[in-house]
Amino acid sequence: LSHGAGGRAMGQLIEDIFHTAFDNDWLRAGNDQSAFTVPAGRMVMTTDGYVVSPLFFPGGNIGSLAVHGTINDVAMSGAKPLYLSASFIIEEGFPLADLAKIADTMGAASREAGVPIITGDTKVVERGKADGVFISTAGVGILPEGIDMRSNAARSGDCVIVSGSIGDHGVAVMSKRENLEFDTDILSDSAALHTLTAAMVAVGGTSIRLMRDPTRGGIAATLNEIAHQSSVGFRIDEEKIPLKPEVAAACEFLGLDPLNVANEGKLVAVVAPEAADAVLAAMLAHPLGQEAALIGHVVEDPHCFVQMETSFGGGRIVDWLSGEQLPRIC
Amino acid sequence: MANRVTIVDAMAGDRTIRRFRLRVRGVVQGVGFRPFAFALARKMGLSGFVLNDNAGVLIEVEGFGADAFARAVKTDAPPLSRIDTIEAHEIDTNGLTGFEIRESVGGKSATRIGADAATCRDCLDELFDPESRFFHYPFVNCTHCGPRLTITRRLPYDRAQTSMAGFVMCPACRADYENPLNRRFHAEPVACPACGPKLSHSVAEIAQAIRAGQIIALKGIGGFHLLCDAENENAIATLRRRKARDEKPFAVMLRDVAAAHRFAEITDAETALLESPAHPVVLAASQGNLPHGIAPGLTRVGVMLAYAPVHHLLLAALEEGSNVPVLVATSANPGGEPLVASNEDAHRRLSGIADLIVTHDRDIVVRADDSVMQIVAQAPAYLRRARGYVPEPVDLGSDGPSVIALGSDLKNTICVTRGREAYLSQHIGGLDNAEAIRFQRETVAHLCSILDVTPDYAACDLHPDFRSVRLAEGLDLPLIRVQHHVAHIAAVVAEHHLAGPVTGLALDGHGYGPGGTIWGGERIDLDGADWTHKGGLRPLPLAGGDKAAREPWRMGIGALYQAGREDLARALFASHPMAEKLISLFGLGMRVGLTSSMGRLFDAAAAIAGVRLVQHYEGQAAMEFEAMVTAPEVLADGYSLTGGQLDFMPLLIHLAENHVTVAESANLFHGTLIAGLAEWIAATRSPLDQGRVVLSGGCIMNRVLAEGLVNRLEAQGLTVFLPRAAPANDGGIALGQVAFARHVIEKHKLHSEEIETCA
Ligand SMILES: [Fe+3]
Ligand SMILES: [Mg+2]
Ligand SMILES: [Zn+2]
Ligand SMILES: [Zn+2]
Repeated sequence: LSHGAGGRAMGQLIEDIFHTAFDNDWLRAGNDQSAFTVPAGRMVMTTDGYVVSPLFFPGGNIGSLAVHGTINDVAMSGAKPLYLSASFIIEEGFPLADLAKIADTMGAASREAGVPIITGDTKVVERGKADGVFISTAGVGILPEGIDMRSNAARSGDCVIVSGSIGDHGVAVMSKRENLEFDTDILSDSAALHTLTAAMVAVGGTSIRLMRDPTRGGIAATLNEIAHQSSVGFRIDEEKIPLKPEVAAACEFLGLDPLNVANEGKLVAVVAPEAADAVLAAMLAHPLGQEAALIGHVVEDPHCFVQMETSFGGGRIVDWLSGEQLPRIC
Repeated sequence: MANRVTIVDAMAGDRTIRRFRLRVRGVVQGVGFRPFAFALARKMGLSGFVLNDNAGVLIEVEGFGADAFARAVKTDAPPLSRIDTIEAHEIDTNGLTGFEIRESVGGKSATRIGADAATCRDCLDELFDPESRFFHYPFVNCTHCGPRLTITRRLPYDRAQTSMAGFVMCPACRADYENPLNRRFHAEPVACPACGPKLSHSVAEIAQAIRAGQIIALKGIGGFHLLCDAENENAIATLRRRKARDEKPFAVMLRDVAAAHRFAEITDAETALLESPAHPVVLAASQGNLPHGIAPGLTRVGVMLAYAPVHHLLLAALEEGSNVPVLVATSANPGGEPLVASNEDAHRRLSGIADLIVTHDRDIVVRADDSVMQIVAQAPAYLRRARGYVPEPVDLGSDGPSVIALGSDLKNTICVTRGREAYLSQHIGGLDNAEAIRFQRETVAHLCSILDVTPDYAACDLHPDFRSVRLAEGLDLPLIRVQHHVAHIAAVVAEHHLAGPVTGLALDGHGYGPGGTIWGGERIDLDGADWTHKGGLRPLPLAGGDKAAREPWRMGIGALYQAGREDLARALFASHPMAEKLISLFGLGMRVGLTSSMGRLFDAAAAIAGVRLVQHYEGQAAMEFEAMVTAPEVLADGYSLTGGQLDFMPLLIHLAENHVTVAESANLFHGTLIAGLAEWIAATRSPLDQGRVVLSGGCIMNRVLAEGLVNRLEAQGLTVFLPRAAPANDGGIALGQVAFARHVIEKHKLHSEEIETCA
């Protein structure tokens, strides 16, 4: 991949890669923008940048993350995602074959989700000005009537539900990045969750206080954020948190706390107690929620602690980390 | 500890009527000082008065021999008092007769609450005297003994502010309390069976349960203990199982030093420490006749003497003929959370552990664990500082602004300064659970309240994820962040009043270093607010972060792999199921952090030597390794020194390669460590240090290492300063933080309004 003078042909080549991969009526129209009809009601919009290393990992690549992540950000509001945009910053010298692979994955992910990428942009920058590929995606969606989830809505007594096993994505990425070979392959859980959230909203409606996708920082960061935004605490039960044995073993080996490890196809929902059973049942009936579990409760706590009952009966504080897990033992 | 006593020279003995005004400073309130002065004046036929004010005690005496009075005040002061200074001035006589105790005057700003003290000799006599109204009364106390800090809600220290407030004194107790010649004059917790607190069970019932091999939760002074018969292996095993405390050593409690001699070899220095008013747990050489389950793998045992009347009653009830009863007495802190102190908490948290929960109706306002000490280089050193010592201040030697420090996240203590004094809190513990964080917040509020100070500055660690740092950031004070090992060294510099540059050596587990480095074996020159990192130990791979601190096999493999000796790593750790995996991942280029920690070097060596691969409690491998030392030996060429870096890899390879026995490894490791560290200091010390070397950090609790280093360094003509006023481990970090922060404030002439943060 080259850049600058003589890059015109290359630019066209790149355009073609994406157009072929994302193929839809909007892109075929060849405009610098796309028009669509706005349904009645309240809309949501989100945008996110994707910079991951490595770009390819077991169970996905940066392209699937960019589609799933943005769909999920829309879906966590309870909205139905409608359209995406995608913009690429590509480092000079990046293999075209890899770019095509990423584009194909994105196209497939968007088609499978039924959320088309209707506009986009590409830029090639000098070597060293980017790390392979950076992707920025935006998404819009429409909220069902009456749904208005807010991050400060959790209240004491509410139930905390997680949609499935935690830590899969982070460990998959790490195993690739660190050259770690585990006995079983751990795949990223990268997935679009909007059909799962739709099923939940259909039975739970306004009893679902809020939903979050626990990406970077894992469910520990997500629960801590909610605790502070809602001025509550959480009590969760270690034994109830779904965790794949191979992920548990990898975390144990690497000295990681799975609660701090990223997920890309899981959600955490805070649900009013009276609706918890129905919402959980709807999740269990959905392919992406088969391992859903009620993992704990919201409690009153002026300190906004997230506490976990461990198998030893102690109450450990679940932390919000500034970055990587740093040693503390003196 | 009485120091700086100055009595004016004019007071030579003569036979004229003279009047003196004496100003006494130190721990002189709430310790029976006024009745002591009263009785002394009466005995010497002197007139005048004594009163408490906000500077301490003020006395005026008049008559023949008023000068002798001043000398006697110094020499005969009550046991719990600590006189810092006595200033005396001759003033005009007024001819009035009689001596009186006057009402206290002034504010509470300079007053102190005393530390809790073990039952005194006189109270013990009454406890076992059938004629006494205190016979068999589990709460007998007087001005020379009993609870202080642990029952005090706020200042000033008088009964209404303590958890004795609800107990109305009977006429007999009231009379004692008001009689200046009585040992109970103004003893705030004074009580007797007619008017005071009561135990929920009789001593006979408790003794019966102990005899039956049961586990008892007993409410004491600073919290609940879990007790059982220390000679009953089954009871010990049950306690370990229920407390989920696999192998961590238990302390034992005995009646007196004579009884303790049956199970431990106790030196004179240890005897003095055991019998001191604080009655700490003291580590002493075990006789080897206690069940293995008390302190598995160790050759020393934690011994403590009965310190509350109920302990004495229980041990007396268990005594049969020549049998010397010995009890396991361990803090009731399930799951590593702070000590249980309230009755409700005991029933909630201890019902799964104890067969019998014994409470009483005097609330514990402030929790305080048993203090733990050992003799290092002929003097006492703390392993844990709490009951009996807190809230005695550490004298910083100079005045300064009030700073509050939040300490480290392990073995947390906090510290608040008031004037030249630094008040280090009791051991709070690891801040990994909500209860400990609450305890920390409670302690911050309580300490500021009993000192009547509002801090102007805060200090904390550099670690971005320490909970103590989050709390410090939430205080809304100008914040000074102090590097962990600088704080370790600054604590020792502060207590010894060392002005000017010193050569510092921090031998520690882990501390956040500049730029996120993982430090723990550091040569640091410290001079007030300025420090220079002169070098560290060779960094070793820390595979699995904190996991590596719990699993020494990871350190062993990491070190050998780094040295290019996969072969040795394979051969030595073949028994560990994950060893091959770790070696192959190193081979694949797994990125791991590196640590210059001395604690982790101990772990690596202990794993290589075959001491243990996995630890059940912090420091277990290192403690067991130390316990195996018979005579430290130096391995020639066991270390190398390049630039500022000290490298013990040749020693590790030697231990791995030559099938050295575990015992021989212990001797070689300790001996070579001492030699290498001493040479490191000699090679890197600043010519400006005036020969002063400061040792600190958790590894300095290793007595073999500490004493070996002291001997070597002193032989080089250096003066060595060890942590004496606070623990060498992270329990002393808060003291170092306040001291260093005050230097930073002073150096930059900071005003609290002017700075946001600085480092
Ligand atoms: Fe430390
Ligand atoms: Mg986002
Ligand atoms: Zn007494
Ligand atoms: Zn009474």
